[in-house]
Amino acid sequence: MLDIAGLSASYGEAHVLNDVSLTVKPGEVVTLVGRNGAGKTTLLRAVMGLHRDIEGSISFAGRRIERLSPNARARAGIGWVPDDRGIYASLTVAENLTLPPVVHESAWSTEKIYEAFPVLALRRSSMGTQLSGGEQQMLAIARVLRMGSRLLLLDEPSEGLAPVIVQRIAEIIREITTHDIAVLLIEQNVKFATTVADRHYLLAQGRIVETLDNASFQAREPELLKHLGI
Amino acid sequence: MTNPTLPTAVPSDLSLDPVAARGRLVRRLVLLGIGVLAALVLPLVIYPPVASDILAWALFALSVDLLLGFTGLLSFGHAAFWGGSAYVTGIIAIRLGVPFPVAILGGMIFAMAIAVPIGYLSVRRSGIYFAMVTLAFAQMIYFVANQWLDVTGGENGLQGVPVSFFGISAVETDSFTFYYAALVLIVIGMVAGWRIVHSPFGRVLTAIRDNSARARALGYDVERYKLIAFVLSAGLAGLAGGVFTISHGFVSLQEVDWPTSGKVVLMTVIGGIGTLWGGAIGAAVIVLLEDQLSSSGFEGTGIITGAIFIIVVLLFRRGIWGTAQNGFDRIRRALAVRAQRKRNGDSAVATRIDDGS
Repeated sequence: MLDIAGLSASYGEAHVLNDVSLTVKPGEVVTLVGRNGAGKTTLLRAVMGLHRDIEGSISFAGRRIERLSPNARARAGIGWVPDDRGIYASLTVAENLTLPPVVHESAWSTEKIYEAFPVLALRRSSMGTQLSGGEQQMLAIARVLRMGSRLLLLDEPSEGLAPVIVQRIAEIIREITTHDIAVLLIEQNVKFATTVADRHYLLAQGRIVETLDNASFQAREPELLKHLGI
Repeated sequence: MTNPTLPTAVPSDLSLDPVAARGRLVRRLVLLGIGVLAALVLPLVIYPPVASDILAWALFALSVDLLLGFTGLLSFGHAAFWGGSAYVTGIIAIRLGVPFPVAILGGMIFAMAIAVPIGYLSVRRSGIYFAMVTLAFAQMIYFVANQWLDVTGGENGLQGVPVSFFGISAVETDSFTFYYAALVLIVIGMVAGWRIVHSPFGRVLTAIRDNSARARALGYDVERYKLIAFVLSAGLAGLAGGVFTISHGFVSLQEVDWPTSGKVVLMTVIGGIGTLWGGAIGAAVIVLLEDQLSSSGFEGTGIITGAIFIIVVLLFRRGIWGTAQNGFDRIRRALAVRAQRKRNGDSAVATRIDDGS
């Protein structure tokens, strides 16, 4: 579903990503693991088109997208859940949810969303600012599901959340991938990453240093953690 | 006994609270009533042409707020649309003698037409650059108006713009009756502005204002939405400028000059950015003040309006409307807390009596 080949990204003189190649298949959950500053967020932003200073190719659903605008990529089916969750404070939960356009026939209806996220149904007329961190995270994920995005880019979905909510988000991620939706996520919480992911890309200083399936990642976890310093 | 499923504290989520929702509705109806009443009695208490001025400036300020408060764009060139429409309205009225709403419609269409290229080139910039680009375009319009003597009359302006209204002489000759005809047009413009803000399109504008990169990542072509908002805003400014022209019976070069762009921003800020109706308050304050000062022979109006602007920006960041809204919310919340306490107090008393029996 997502194919990145030879991707390099820079901020002016500083090279943040170097010759990164990776793939995410439909229904697959793939994590990017690495220290702060390894280039994980830049990689997601490059896929979304929010970071433009890049070389290399990005293909989504068999189509080259690196020249498309972020809005065209969103409409093609890429859903971005930023690390700040991106909830609009001046809009209600319901308005936040229905703000983006529906881009694919597989989009979840609002009824289905409220069924899967009862807490959002309860708070549908609350303003975005009145939500807790966990509720905001759920709303951010629900929003891209309602768009019908086929590839979700999740930037640290478990950050700052209570364990019970992290678990709920893991369940949601597992559930959505049964609908052939692909997920590329950044995660510092290794326990969470190993619960949801099929594969892991280890990123260090802008390069992919290792690609592991979940079983071998778990087997080598202590060593890798030390190596990555997380 | 208290039912455990009932919340005992003041609900943190006021929007779900039916009492708060009803309070909001009541507030809206009361404000609407006050607004309608004020608009209806205005020409009874002040000189009718001044009342018509307030109407026109109120809609003009609303058009600026549509961009500034709801899209996050500070246009410093809205005189181009107000004044551009003023000229076209005047020319149509003089040369064709059509009923004035038709002439104003022509002016409005002209304003929207010039807003397309101006907007297309300026919405790619934001902040001070957007303000400067719009100012530059407005100055070009001013230059054309100043030089094209055959059409615009240059510094003399356009004199003798007739008020033609389907032969109804009450409207055509009496400024008091004319006010109510103008009111209908202005209200149509204001309702249109309200609809725009409260539509799905308006929510996208809000999203763009709050964070345009995020709106883009949610699939919205930010520039296109800004352009549409710009053109709609220009149309409302054009409607306002047209009404102003018919009311005055002439067009002066001042209408396309940059102080006009500044004045309308001033009104919007004083009334309250992002409140939509605040601009009407700002317009009333400034127009009345200017009228009072000039009729008393005071020449330095700018000193007074400037001082008001400084005071509002420093002390009441949300303008007159926003500050009043804050005050109202605070009172409502205090009352809700007191009512809740009272209810809890009563039930405590009831429990004591129960225990005693």
